[in-house]
Amino acid sequence: MVNSRRDFIKVSAIGTAGIMAIDPITKAIGNTFAAKKGPVRTPTYCEICFWKCAGWVYKDDEGNLNRIVGHEDDPSCNGRLCPRGSGGLGMYNDEDRLKFPMMRVGERGKQTFKRVSWDEAFTYIADKLETLKKEHGPECAALFTHGSGGDYFGRLIKAYGSNNITAPSYAQCRGPREVAFIATFGQGLDSPEPTDIRDCKCLVLIGSHIGENMHNGQVQEMSDAIDKGATIITVDPRFSTAASKSKYWLPIKPATDMALLLAWIHVIINEELYDKKYVEQYTTGFDQLKAHVAANTPEWAYGITTIEPNVIRETARTMAKEAPATIVHPGRHVTWYGDDTQRLRAVAILNALLGSWGRRGGFYNPEKAKVPAIPTPEYPHPTRTWRDAMGGKYELADLALANGVCTATIPNAQMDCHIRAWIVNGTNLIETLPERHKTIEAIQNLDLMVVVDTMPMEITGWADIILPECTYLERYDSIRASQYREPTIALRMPAVQPKYETKPAWWMAKQLADKMGLGAYFPYKTHEEELDWQLKQMGTSLEEMQRVGLKKFERHYDDLYFKEGEPQEFLTDSGKIELYSNTFASAGFDPLPVYTAHPQPEDGFYRLNYGRAPMHTFTRTANNPVLTDIMDENTVWVNPKVAKLWGFANGQKVWLKNQDGVVSSFPIAVRITERIRWDSVFMVHGFGHANKLLTRAYGRGASDSEMITHVDIDPIMGGTGMRGNFVTFLTEKAEGGAKV
Amino acid sequence: MRYAMAIDTKKCVGCSDCVVACQAENNVPIGFCRDWVVEVTDGTYPELELENRSERCNHCENSPCVRCCPTGASHYAEGGIVLVTEDKCIGCSACITSCPYDARYVHPKGYVDKCTFCVQRLKNGLKPACVSVCPTKCMYFGDLEDPNSDVSKVLKTRKHKTLIPEAGTKPHLYFLI
Amino acid sequence: MREEIIVSGRMNELIDPHLQVWNWEIPAYLFLGGLAAGILFFAGLMTLQGKEKEFETTIKRAPLFTPLMLGIGLLFLFLDLKHKLYFWQLYTTIKLESPMSWGAWTLLIIMPVSVAWAGMYIKTIFSNFKWPYPNIAEAFEWISKQKTILAWIMVITSVILGIYTGILLSAFNARPLWNTSILGPLFLTSGLSTGAAFIMILSKDEHERHALARIDLLLIAIELFLIIHMFMGFRASTQVQIEAANMFLGGTYTAIFWTFVVVLGLVLPAALEIMSLKKLKVPYYIAPALVLMGGLILRFIMVYAGQMSRWLY
Ligand SMILES: Nc1nc2c(c(=O)[nH]1)N[C@H]1C(S)=C(S)[C@@H](COP(=O)(O)OP(=O)(O)OC[C@H]3O[C@@H](n4cnc5c(=O)[nH]c(N)nc54)[C@H](O)[C@@H]3O)O[C@H]1N2
Ligand SMILES: Nc1nc2c(c(=O)[nH]1)N[C@H]1C(S)=C(S)[C@@H](COP(=O)(O)OP(=O)(O)OC[C@H]3O[C@@H](n4cnc5c(=O)[nH]c(N)nc54)[C@H](O)[C@@H]3O)O[C@H]1N2
Ligand code: SF4
Ligand code: SF4
Ligand code: SF4
Ligand code: SF4
Ligand code: SF4
Ligand SMILES: [Mo]
Repeated sequence: MVNSRRDFIKVSAIGTAGIMAIDPITKAIGNTFAAKKGPVRTPTYCEICFWKCAGWVYKDDEGNLNRIVGHEDDPSCNGRLCPRGSGGLGMYNDEDRLKFPMMRVGERGKQTFKRVSWDEAFTYIADKLETLKKEHGPECAALFTHGSGGDYFGRLIKAYGSNNITAPSYAQCRGPREVAFIATFGQGLDSPEPTDIRDCKCLVLIGSHIGENMHNGQVQEMSDAIDKGATIITVDPRFSTAASKSKYWLPIKPATDMALLLAWIHVIINEELYDKKYVEQYTTGFDQLKAHVAANTPEWAYGITTIEPNVIRETARTMAKEAPATIVHPGRHVTWYGDDTQRLRAVAILNALLGSWGRRGGFYNPEKAKVPAIPTPEYPHPTRTWRDAMGGKYELADLALANGVCTATIPNAQMDCHIRAWIVNGTNLIETLPERHKTIEAIQNLDLMVVVDTMPMEITGWADIILPECTYLERYDSIRASQYREPTIALRMPAVQPKYETKPAWWMAKQLADKMGLGAYFPYKTHEEELDWQLKQMGTSLEEMQRVGLKKFERHYDDLYFKEGEPQEFLTDSGKIELYSNTFASAGFDPLPVYTAHPQPEDGFYRLNYGRAPMHTFTRTANNPVLTDIMDENTVWVNPKVAKLWGFANGQKVWLKNQDGVVSSFPIAVRITERIRWDSVFMVHGFGHANKLLTRAYGRGASDSEMITHVDIDPIMGGTGMRGNFVTFLTEKAEGGAKV
Repeated sequence: MRYAMAIDTKKCVGCSDCVVACQAENNVPIGFCRDWVVEVTDGTYPELELENRSERCNHCENSPCVRCCPTGASHYAEGGIVLVTEDKCIGCSACITSCPYDARYVHPKGYVDKCTFCVQRLKNGLKPACVSVCPTKCMYFGDLEDPNSDVSKVLKTRKHKTLIPEAGTKPHLYFLI
Repeated sequence: MREEIIVSGRMNELIDPHLQVWNWEIPAYLFLGGLAAGILFFAGLMTLQGKEKEFETTIKRAPLFTPLMLGIGLLFLFLDLKHKLYFWQLYTTIKLESPMSWGAWTLLIIMPVSVAWAGMYIKTIFSNFKWPYPNIAEAFEWISKQKTILAWIMVITSVILGIYTGILLSAFNARPLWNTSILGPLFLTSGLSTGAAFIMILSKDEHERHALARIDLLLIAIELFLIIHMFMGFRASTQVQIEAANMFLGGTYTAIFWTFVVVLGLVLPAALEIMSLKKLKVPYYIAPALVLMGGLILRFIMVYAGQMSRWLY
């Protein structure tokens, strides 16, 4: 493969009516090398994480995939993919990929499979689902999905008659944040978050580790903000990359953020630093809030958080000084300690006091293009859902809880029928959900377990049927309609034919639907047909999108920010920003956030802190040949004082054992670093793979998930707080130690 | 013409995208790299400082690798870029030994390889691959002799350093601090 | 605590965690080069001084081995090359700034010189020896007549070769341990000393041995002086050189260097040589054997330790 002489499409072939700027590569090389035949770049949007950056896939002269480059006009990436997106070809080239449909032979979970044809696989699934429907009703099926294929399998399972559709990106991720912001502003944040970081003057990061959390547009905007001299305040017990770029780093004692947030609110109210007009005009419950935080002085918070009172005051004043161009960032993976919705309520309240919601440099009002759905018959109305197993709890959850579906799968007295069939698409539940023993117990109670994946992951090992999906570079998917300052749509199309016998999810769902007599819900032959229909409704076409990749639309309303003094209607009960939450009050929860103490580690144990490394996504990239070349295992970060106590040398391998006696399957190398406190350890999530078929990832590093056997369930929305686990070290693996 | 690169350590997050992009652009075989990212942490918790640096060949003006090369394979090209001619290189490793920055590696094919400032892209008016991909836009590239180039402008306004200036190599990779 | 890591996982075993591009081939090559240089130097020198009688082994026998030594040395150099098929590129340019280059050229010159010298004397040693072709014999006849010129060339090129073996390393500013002008003279002296030692082992003539032992004692004294001087220089220099020197003063290489190079390779042989000069009974080959071992280990240590020393930034 030689790079220097790639073919590029002619400049004139790209861009209609000035919709997109000409890609600079094309501009420069297009003239030099006149176009040969056919396009050599095809549009895509990235599937390595859920930021979904739009990009171009380039091929070389021999027609081999050569590289992926960001789409210049995409606000998610501005022409620059992150390392994971740039390394996307590794996913296509990974020789460990799933290659053929497989059927389990022998015991579930024992990883013995035989190769079957697609038809055999579909027949098996269709027959099983048919029987289950007859015996238990269609509500006994559930779909776990995280990724593009969810659209198609979602349609399939709804057509079948079930509404049990869930993603780990809710109860294990941003659920508490959505519920808190909906309760406060009547509106969730969704993804990508409408934070106006580019124009902010003060950015407050509470845990949110942008820079390691490589959500692209956000990282780029933080960098812009640094360029413009914005003050960054980072609250993190670990010296995160973001902390190192911050003017103020508040090395908070873990699990005490609520005290800091209340103290900030206290200072801002007591020093009358809040946006009076805004609070007056848009909010309700200020007086209750004021009374509520009266005792939450910085001195009080100091005792809890270890953050000096003067630092609390100074940072509060800075926030207020730059307001409304101050963002108290809501974070994303916020399921930490079980009172997460309340913590995020405090964040929302703080933003409301600063008047940053709806203001430039704060939170803008995003807009998303509406992609019309192709007409299909009405879906059946299920009579039962996973919620029936919850005993009336978590009513405020606006999406299904992945862990709730697990609970509903384990037979229990409240339900007349537990869930008996799972389709798992693009989520590695074994590593993704905490309390692994519970996930496995649920799986063991299933009559049918279908896994749609691209790689032989932990979850595929538990399948009855494995359906190998081709990678995002080899397929069409639904149109990406991301919310932004302006609405955009982006197309993903195959850059190459699928390798091996892999197939796209849309095709699988349609084949299954046809087999199950549900073909009417997929009224087209190919996905192109559907996409073209949808795009034509939007005033473009598949043909145009194949050329431009991404299209921007005008906003419908000029309401990116609130107009000065203009009245606003919020979608809360009161129609105002609820500092005091009526919804929470009537549901029996604290209407104003309250500090509760959380357990701290016992002697010899350390709080298990985990997070992201910029070059990997969860567990999905751990075998990617390009990205493992950059980082091939995780380490456990240990403070030098702790290392000394244990006599650790840098790089020494240890096993972890948690408070419940669970020992890590694999050893992990110690990284002695000042970046972590003495009461915690840190590790990057996504390593310690146990599936031997992952030749690069197997046994590399250790899994944080394996250590998370304790969860603090958020009483409001059922999120799984995962940061209340404590580990100690073993220098030799305990024989036959408690293993789940 | 004098090409140079500046990297803003205040913005670099150490994501290593520059490395991935370089490997793709320059067909760097798996297991090797022309650029790499260093993280330096100083201090004691919680009094800490951290610097991220994306490093590569410094395209030194007084470059020991060019001097010690017995065959002339290592040479200066236009704009002061230090290059290796593959079929002149005998793989003696002298240049690797001579480089205080450990910027070179032996390509599996036997010759020595390193950052070229992406000459093939420069010829086409493009920025180096690493510069054009960096999500934090913390890399600046251009001609030092052109006062309007990105790199000249940023060096004029920002405090900066080079690595081991005392080695006397006159490096042209600048780090904004 | 200061922590410096490469987060992008550079797993280049030749440079991480520290430089290790040069393995046994290079020190072995340097040793053989220095040894051959030493032998040829004494052969040339004694010839010019007209001491053919007193120094028979020095002039006639020992140099017979030098083409082989140089050949093996070159082979080792070749083995070290990673792009071997392009070896010939070495001889397409002369780059004076590159010790590798002028070293290669010096070898190219000294190799035929050593062959000529050996060819000239092969018959005096093996009286039965016969050249297969008469014109070869004639050629050597002719060469014998130019002996003085050849001796001059030999003295000069062997000194260049000897210095080269040291300068090759000291040209590398990037490696603080090598970054000293003492390395050239040190390796030259050590090369001469190993050359003398080699001749001593071969020589059956006690007078010759004693004469060489006297020379060797002087060389050893110079070497010790240079080594002490080198470390004093490092200690008085920059932090990186202090750290480089520390590898020998309490660090990784301390035991092996002081035991094998200094005590067993210099001090002990010197003592033994003095003893034998004082007519005490010691087997004559022990001292020179130790010198040879010391010289070999010196080169290994300097090549490996030098690669471990680095600039800090
Ligand atoms: N490279 C990369 N980027 C990603 C992803 C990925 O897989 N890889 N995943 C994406 C997804 S889906 C999500 S949800 C986001 C998650 O990214 P974030 O929302 O930024 O993640 P968090 O888990 O909230 O933050 C982790 C940080 O919280 C700190 N922390 C731990 N305990 C405490 C505490 O008690 N208080 C405070 N204040 N801080 C604490 C940790 O030290 C760490 O720095 O990342 C996204 N970006
Ligand atoms: N211990 C622990 N648990 C966590 C987190 C944590 O930080 N620590 N983070 C939580 C958060 S914030 C989130 S959002 C979730 C994320 O949870 P998941 O989305 O489950 O994350 P991954 O581990 O990346 O699993 C993705 C699966 O999809 C497969 N896959 C990748 N591409 C495709 C594709 O194109 N098609 C199909 N069909 N499959 C594909 C991968 O092979 C892999 O098996 O995890 C949550 N759980
Ligand atoms: S942020 Fe990175 S991994 Fe996520 S979609 Fe964008 S390029 Fe892909
Ligand atoms: S791509 Fe940019 S931000 Fe990322 S490591 Fe390289 S220089 Fe730093
Ligand atoms: S950095 Fe190293 S390889 Fe690059 S020019 Fe300087 S000495 Fe040569
Ligand atoms: S390895 Fe190649 S480039 Fe380096 S010094 Fe030797 S010949 Fe020159
Ligand atoms: S300039 Fe080009 S060759 Fe050099 S590191 Fe950047 S991408 Fe690689
Ligand atoms: Mo997430």
